[in-house]
Amino acid sequence: MGKQTIIPFGPQHPVLPEPIHLDLVVEDETVIEAVPQIGFIHRGLERLVQTKDYNQFVYVAERICGICAFGHSMGYAETVENLMGVEVPTRAQYLRVIWHEMSRVHSHTLWLGLAADAFGFESLFMHAWRLREKILDVFERTTGGRVIFSVVKVGGVTRDLDDQQIDYMKSVFADFRAEYTKLIRAFLDDSSVKNRTVGVGTISRADAVNLGMVGPFLRASGEPYDVRMLGSNGYGELEHFEPITDDQGDCYARIRVRCEEVLQALDIIDEMLAKLPAGDIAVKVKGAPKAGSEACNLVEQPRGECYYYAKGNGTKYLDRMRMRTPTSQNLAGMAATLKGCDVADVNMIVLTIDPCISCTER
Amino acid sequence: MGFFKLGSMTMGSLFKEPSTLRYPFETKEPPAGLKGRIVNDKDSCILCGACMRACTTGAIAVDRKGRTWSINPYRCVQCGYCITVCPKKCLSMNPHYSEAAREKKIRIVNVPEHPKPARAKADAAKGVDAGAKAGEEAAAAKAGQKATAVKDAEGAETNGAAGKDAAEN
Repeated sequence: MGKQTIIPFGPQHPVLPEPIHLDLVVEDETVIEAVPQIGFIHRGLERLVQTKDYNQFVYVAERICGICAFGHSMGYAETVENLMGVEVPTRAQYLRVIWHEMSRVHSHTLWLGLAADAFGFESLFMHAWRLREKILDVFERTTGGRVIFSVVKVGGVTRDLDDQQIDYMKSVFADFRAEYTKLIRAFLDDSSVKNRTVGVGTISRADAVNLGMVGPFLRASGEPYDVRMLGSNGYGELEHFEPITDDQGDCYARIRVRCEEVLQALDIIDEMLAKLPAGDIAVKVKGAPKAGSEACNLVEQPRGECYYYAKGNGTKYLDRMRMRTPTSQNLAGMAATLKGCDVADVNMIVLTIDPCISCTER
Repeated sequence: MGFFKLGSMTMGSLFKEPSTLRYPFETKEPPAGLKGRIVNDKDSCILCGACMRACTTGAIAVDRKGRTWSINPYRCVQCGYCITVCPKKCLSMNPHYSEAAREKKIRIVNVPEHPKPARAKADAAKGVDAGAKAGEEAAAAKAGQKATAVKDAEGAETNGAAGKDAAEN
């Protein structure tokens, strides 16, 4: 039995896009315990809800995170709409779903590139990010922004899609799908990727549920839970939705779930573009949330379930805005998964939960 | 299971156009609808201040006495909320990729005074010269008249006399 040593991991580490610190208690080459520590990029955004009115806060909410930007603005707007009893036009709901699924595609392809970088497959990383650029170009043409879009407002959306843009999107997504299908063969079938990921960082379904994990991290352990299957807001218009799961619970399973979720997101976008109804894209919202009124909302962000809570106080400033983000739910699972792994696998396991520290710390 | 699964894609990339641009020798054309910098049409602006109150980051400042509208481009996050609240629709986004700046400069727009439509009509009925009236109004504003008078100027045509757009955009 060797001597126990503490190795610091992060907050600055090549595998981490955002700062998180782990104290790894290791014995020889095995991790005995991992203690995560956050708090490097706390910005106090939830407090800003008391100084920005409920319309202005949409633009704060979408700046919580650069990758889940659309999801946060949509999640916040839906919460305030629930609070005020606003009925959003159907076309706006469809447009929100389309842009949200595009966010998922760009988030997952970004993550796939980071994963390839983590296991040392540089050309795969570059191809994944090259494909992601196509999605960012579509965002740029349809919303005016590549990362922060500012198209959601309380009561609907601020931009519409015309026929020309819809045709452009369909052609880009068809090209994207063809190239992406080739790309994921490298992730799913290449022996060098499998050697690095199969059987690494395994967590059982029971543990995943007990630790409150969410998103692809949970679904890769076999639990079929996805907020989109509840059919709230625009997702209720989908003809069929079934969460993608895997029962292995290891790093490879998490890669496979995300790879297939991109194809699923493309299917949803195609369906929504084909069924996009005519009509208004927003309703005018007047007044303020009633004093003491409360509302909550769930959104399936690319990283998992995100919970929103808002409380009104009779003015246009909310009393409280709270969000529980997916990464904060997954940190306990990550610490459990790291127990007993090799030191060399730590970066792969940390990355496969797709940590989003900006969301977690807000 | 196998190896070299990325081979066809990598080999194909050897014979395709590069995915990147040779910046700065090549630049990308900004697409229509791109978020860019906020532009104020000074001939329509009535300095009501709605954009200043709506601005999430406090980037816009409206000075009614000095008749200036200014924006700090280093605070502006290009959310476009000011455009949606503008009652005269005089704000717009200029599709534009931000270039590097050499100095931090606030953009100031000098907004000319507009004749008041209700009084202009009454004056026309009485046969009073509109240009002379506009001059009187400018003098009144300088004397410290309350800016509530601006409200009456909705829909007015500009007199174009006081427009000094040296710092326009």
